[in-house]
Amino acid sequence: MSDQSTKSGSLVKVEDLKEYFPIRTGFMRTTMLKAVDGVSFEINPGETLGLVGESGCGKTTVGRTLLRLYKPTGGKVYFEGHEVNDRNMKEYRKKMQMVFQDPYSSLDPRMTVEDIIGEPLDVHKMYSSKGERRDTILGLMSLVGLNAEHATRYVHEFSGGQRQRIGIARALAVRPGFIVCDEPVSALDVSIQAQVVNMFEDLQEKLGVAYLFIAHDLLVVHHISDRIAVMYLGRMVEMADADELMDHPIHPYTLSLLSAVPVPDPETARAQKRIILEGDVPSPLNMPSGCAFRTRCRYATEQCARECPPFTDRGNGHMVACWEK
Amino acid sequence: MDSNMDSMNMPKKSPFSMQIDLQRFEKATDEEKKQQDVMSESTTFFKDGMRKLMKNPLAVASIIVLVLIILTIIFAPLIVPYGYSDIIKVGGKRDKSAKNLAPFTYSAKEIDYMEETGEKLFPHIMGTDSMCRDYFIRVVYGTRISLSVGLFASILVLIIGVLYGSISGYAGGRVDLVMMRIVDIIYSLPDMLIIILLSVVLNETLANTQNPIIKSLGTNMVSIFIVFGLLYWVGMARLVRGEILKMKNNEFVLAAKAVGASSGRIIRSHIIPNCLSVIIITTALQIPSAIFTESFLSFVGMGVKAPMPSLGSLANAAREGLQSYPLQLVFPAVTIVLIVLAFNLLGDGLRDAFDPKLRR
Amino acid sequence: MEEKGKKPPLLQVIDLHTSFTTDNGEVLAVNGVNFTLEEGKTLGIVGESGSGKSVTAYSIMQILEKNGHITEGQILFQGEDITHYSPKQMNVFRGHKCAIIFQDPMTSLNPVYTVGNQIEEAILIHSDKSKSEARAAALEMLRLVGINDAERRIKQYPHELSGGMRQRVMIAMALASEPSILIADEPTTALDVTIQAQILELMQELQRKLNMAIIIVTHDLGVIAQMADEIVVMYGGRICERGTADDIFYRPAHEYTKGLLRSIPRVDNMKEKLIPIGGNPINLLNMPKGCAFCARCDEAMKICIDEVPPELRIHDTHLASCWMNVKNQNYMEVPDKDE
Repeated sequence: MSDQSTKSGSLVKVEDLKEYFPIRTGFMRTTMLKAVDGVSFEINPGETLGLVGESGCGKTTVGRTLLRLYKPTGGKVYFEGHEVNDRNMKEYRKKMQMVFQDPYSSLDPRMTVEDIIGEPLDVHKMYSSKGERRDTILGLMSLVGLNAEHATRYVHEFSGGQRQRIGIARALAVRPGFIVCDEPVSALDVSIQAQVVNMFEDLQEKLGVAYLFIAHDLLVVHHISDRIAVMYLGRMVEMADADELMDHPIHPYTLSLLSAVPVPDPETARAQKRIILEGDVPSPLNMPSGCAFRTRCRYATEQCARECPPFTDRGNGHMVACWEK
Repeated sequence: MDSNMDSMNMPKKSPFSMQIDLQRFEKATDEEKKQQDVMSESTTFFKDGMRKLMKNPLAVASIIVLVLIILTIIFAPLIVPYGYSDIIKVGGKRDKSAKNLAPFTYSAKEIDYMEETGEKLFPHIMGTDSMCRDYFIRVVYGTRISLSVGLFASILVLIIGVLYGSISGYAGGRVDLVMMRIVDIIYSLPDMLIIILLSVVLNETLANTQNPIIKSLGTNMVSIFIVFGLLYWVGMARLVRGEILKMKNNEFVLAAKAVGASSGRIIRSHIIPNCLSVIIITTALQIPSAIFTESFLSFVGMGVKAPMPSLGSLANAAREGLQSYPLQLVFPAVTIVLIVLAFNLLGDGLRDAFDPKLRR
Repeated sequence: MEEKGKKPPLLQVIDLHTSFTTDNGEVLAVNGVNFTLEEGKTLGIVGESGSGKSVTAYSIMQILEKNGHITEGQILFQGEDITHYSPKQMNVFRGHKCAIIFQDPMTSLNPVYTVGNQIEEAILIHSDKSKSEARAAALEMLRLVGINDAERRIKQYPHELSGGMRQRVMIAMALASEPSILIADEPTTALDVTIQAQILELMQELQRKLNMAIIIVTHDLGVIAQMADEIVVMYGGRICERGTADDIFYRPAHEYTKGLLRSIPRVDNMKEKLIPIGGNPINLLNMPKGCAFCARCDEAMKICIDEVPPELRIHDTHLASCWMNVKNQNYMEVPDKDE
């Protein structure tokens, strides 16, 4: 899956991506908030990379910076081997799209469904006649399981799941090869989540799109992803094949994250041995030296405080950033 | 409780234990299921808001009052046979005796005339003023002036404020900083003083103009418009900027960016439509304050020029005979109150019905 | 009904109806809910948004929004109906007998007071302690909920604390008056997984120490599985089924619960496709005549559309309202309404 001859194989390649936000910490004083601090990964065509982590770990920022919704502080993004930059970004907006977390705020309340899905078509002038536009929109709507008669309705009349379908149809309108899915199911009801997860899987089968699937729900991520990457405070701590990561986690953070997931099964839950992490995530404005996780890690040593561990391959593409493990 | 209880007694407790109507336990068709899952009727934001507005009795009353006033000022001059600047004429002669008549009374000459000819003269609904002019028609024209000043000034404020505010809000950063400091400076000027100063200066400069439009409107009117345009847009600009800053953080703006939409498109088709209700509400509330200021200016003698009446100048003129003819002050004053109150209540009603923040 | 002489259960909710008056008409958010909570036990109420789970909890505390009111039914606390309590009696109940923590600890803490002030206030209202005693008690509460460095934290403002820390403070405030019931409304939804694990662990530990009963309201089946002894599954304002955790998870008897369990990713179905529940969530303004779930149910029968299913006893501890159980003769008896 993760072959070394990068340029040819991978669809999206991210190299040492950095995103710092200036935060005013006092009068005339700003501190850099390192939301994403050197993240690299690759995604192959038709593949799903799951990205998990706790809130504030920078996973959403990775998605948004990758699509240049924020101007990256450093690092490079390649699509099909070509570097994406400010100048050619508009072209790449047709190839890389995004589905947002909140199906309520990510759709303009004053627009009809038709106009929301049609907006990418309007922007990139992807039709020659009104009829063609309408046909494309109706085609997209049926693709995501929406009724054609809903085209002229406004979004507030739809439920969360239906709204998320509208958001997905909008992302698919330009026929992208890659979609960043930023927590697309976490705002949905449990009974609706499966519908949307299944739809993502079906669309991948049908259209061959690749996903960067950002979420905090490990079970959902495990279900949908081929590979999973775990982030902690702006850096990646572990990345591996989905089953490999779930069955043989190496990084102590991944271990505790996995053990903290509440399993929907009373017997397992009773038997489950949890590794309860002490304390809270440190403020990203005041990061610990060396490994960011060391303040909560029970294996932490002096070396962890001194130096940031490198992200190294432990065989079969199982990447880990830890000195001890 | 025993488990075999239901088979022994109390048939009402187990209506289905013995005889199940098997037909009812057939699988339901998709059609039948679909009927249960109907979407509520399609309503647009506008329809929904209008429905709420119509449920608000104060707002509905205000609308009725305003419509009546507007109909009156449009049609009354066509019906009433008197002019706002002319002395009442009886049989083609000026009637100098028709001074300060009470409502619905006639002057001595008019009574004579009516007896002579048997013709019924149009009543003086609000009497006449000290210069023998029909007071009703003067109030009607005064309302015309005051309302059009209010509307026009508000539209001016709307245009300038929305343009300025949206540029400032969307550009952000340094541009925003500079633009908002300018607003702060204008805001900190004592507005009444500036209005008076400006209208004096403008009156003088405009007095010499040959422009026919300005002439026909009267220089005072034009200067009032300019004063409003120059001073009152700042509130609107601030408001629009605030709304836009809020909208900018909405995910749908980010989504439009991700789709590749340009800044112009984002402002035009996403941000402004979503700020629209707030803008309209503020404009509706701006109208009464403009009317109020205009009346005030006319009252202190800086407004429209005689013989053109405005509600403020009418009230001012009535001051002299206040002791003897208090009604001459009451009519314009009540009209001002009615208009201002109606617009304010309507604005409140609009806000309750359309402001997204207050929606449930 | 309970026999004479036997101690009544800690909390008994009987045929509770709560409705809201809205611009679009009357919305029946809770529509005949029954359950019983025993001392020291944890009851989980699970359901999706609009199922009435939170409204049920708020009805017990009578902290509904202005347009909401209990229209029918009883809430018996130790055998005493609290729905007819005066506002004053209710205040006493809310302080001493029953406390609630909410999903978002930031909005339920007052940002202008220090953490210490707020806990002390909670203590002062509900006891006749002096100011300094209250301070000491507040410190003790903070230590009880596992906050290290309590002396420093007590002087901090809510915004200086992290989400998990704030939820601990909320729990400390709730426990200040030693209630016998703690209602937790989505207590961990706003928190991260590792913090969620801490808070859930804390709640269980406090329950053991203080022997209080917990009602946990959540949509997360994982949290429910870990916490609850008994579970109430709600849909569209009604109870679908209730029973012990094992009943619900291993022997579900309502099509909604079955569908829900099929649709969530579990350790054992990672390689298979999920089986979703079709359709859209219920619209409370447009409630079907029969079973609320019938439009989305794969097994829906004609009777489901016309008639609300009665609650049937499936098994000693397990009750469900689903016509499928009638069809399959999978029940013991039809219990009394007020059972």
